[in-house]
Amino acid sequence: MDNDVVAWERRSVTPVITPVRPRKLAKVPFVELAEGRLQGVVSSGSDIARVYVSSITAVEHGLSCSTNNNRPCGGLRGAAPCKHLQALLVEAELQYGTARVARYLRIEVAQGQDLLSGLHPSTAPNQAAQVFSSFLRHLTYLELPASTDPLPELHWFPASPAVPSAQGVADAG
Amino acid sequence: MLAEALGAPPEGVEAAVTVVDGLDRALVHGLSRVDDEGAAALEATAAAFADSPPGERIAEAVGKILAGTVSDEHLVALAAARLALLAAAHDALLAQSDSALGRHRDGVIPPIASAPNGIPVAGCRSWLRELAIAGWRGVDRELASAAAQSVQALLPDPGQRRLAVLLDGLTAELQAVAPVAGQQRVPVRRWADLWSRALVLSQPTVAGPAPATPVDGRLLVLGVDLHEHPTVFRAQVHGLLEQSDGVRLVRTSIAAPKVDTITGPSAWRMLAGFPVLLGALAQRRAVELSGMPLTPSGDLIWDDAAAGAGEPSDPFTVAQVRLAGATAMSTAPLDRHPAVIAEPVLLQGYTPNGAGLELDGRPLPVAVDRIPAAGPLTRELVGASTACIGLLRWDGGRWAVQPLAVQVVQKKKLVTVHTADWALGPTEAKAAKDEAGAGMAVAVLRERAGRLLRT
Repeated sequence: MDNDVVAWERRSVTPVITPVRPRKLAKVPFVELAEGRLQGVVSSGSDIARVYVSSITAVEHGLSCSTNNNRPCGGLRGAAPCKHLQALLVEAELQYGTARVARYLRIEVAQGQDLLSGLHPSTAPNQAAQVFSSFLRHLTYLELPASTDPLPELHWFPASPAVPSAQGVADAG
Repeated sequence: MLAEALGAPPEGVEAAVTVVDGLDRALVHGLSRVDDEGAAALEATAAAFADSPPGERIAEAVGKILAGTVSDEHLVALAAARLALLAAAHDALLAQSDSALGRHRDGVIPPIASAPNGIPVAGCRSWLRELAIAGWRGVDRELASAAAQSVQALLPDPGQRRLAVLLDGLTAELQAVAPVAGQQRVPVRRWADLWSRALVLSQPTVAGPAPATPVDGRLLVLGVDLHEHPTVFRAQVHGLLEQSDGVRLVRTSIAAPKVDTITGPSAWRMLAGFPVLLGALAQRRAVELSGMPLTPSGDLIWDDAAAGAGEPSDPFTVAQVRLAGATAMSTAPLDRHPAVIAEPVLLQGYTPNGAGLELDGRPLPVAVDRIPAAGPLTRELVGASTACIGLLRWDGGRWAVQPLAVQVVQKKKLVTVHTADWALGPTEAKAAKDEAGAGMAVAVLRERAGRLLRT
């Protein structure tokens, strides 16, 4: 093992996750790479109370899209991604960067091609309930009260730097 | 001569850290199959405590783990041994920094009573045991997310915020990296730090909150350290508390839950519930305190209602005139670790030099990774600066300075730039425009939460 790796491994405070990039959330309020899927929530263009819950599994590229009330998305026919899944993929690239999304989903694309062209989609079981509850869990953080405790463990978590100098572990591979 | 006094680690620190390193290596491959090297490291840990009161418990835990039994009791003995070694390193390093800075420190913290921990911590404890057994290399996506429900159960209880914030930070990293087996490198020290602290905080009984005493006085801000992970943003203010009987070096902390897509300058919006403090930071004012609780470790437990905006106060003048004579306070016993050392310091008369500052002909590295995107300070400004207020930090075997504010000559004028200048929003046109766009994220998510969480 080279000396740089050893020195890095002996640090208490070192960036592990590349911070996500800010993006506009109006259309796709939630995107995450979790549970072996790219998953997220896409706001309906016509009904303010309705959202679509969309996901793409890693490796198999299994597609799923339905409303939060479990109605299947009319735009998802067979293995062609609907507009919600397309929007999900575009916003995931903004949030995480193309390379990280491609690596997670195992999409191989030629330089300059978009990720959509590298999908070889199949259909996947409906994951709406799980993804939607993940989104609701995400939203509950905005409702928790602030804390004035000294929280000493936050010394391990400096605020995202203006210019990340070292890549996180997840980007090393 | 500061850089010289901090040049070499104090006696004993390297020895303690070497034992910790061995223990941390054993956690990489897990305690279910400890190899010869790992066994030697565990035995070295037991040997380090051979003549001290917890020695017997640690030796027993090591023996049982090597024999193949990994129980909660054994793991907490190991975690406590690790904490004790790093606490000793913390004490030696803080003494070195105090002596280099000529800083006087109030000695002893009164013992803190233990209190029973809540029920949800049992789930956290068993997840932490699974992690130790599997080792970091054995963490797959399933194990990385297995703590989600236990952490969820901690969130509503303000008394468990410390553990919840810690576990949220650790699980986010494990989830981003899993499966860890395929990664080239593992943050060995870091994850062992977070794991051992989480394990100690999730025991059936833990130290209760430190007793705080209400104080009156004036808080003069020196600088603001910003902390963040996907679900929290925190501003920790370092300042001087002026009272009738003297001046103390204190901190105060405001932390808000958030989500990963709220980051950079927009994160300040999450702290909008503290207008008095944010206003004082953005406008560089002193704060008048009346009945604000202060703990023996020097933490003011912030309450906006006990504070009022004071006179304008320039942090560089405060540091120049008052910092040297201020009394520092001691770290709470369980918190002692080199990574929590954050000693305010005023640096002048240096030459910026690559990734560091040259002080009296000696290099002092700058922790550039700790210059936050949420404020106007940049590494270029640090590189052009003539004076700096920062925090002395120790990590990776050396001291470095984390800049909180600089003085720099721009267009023939001396200007000062602070990490918290944007506490009420960016003051620079382009950053303000970017923030206005990104800041909509908060409004969008609040609207979605309002509509979807209650249906």
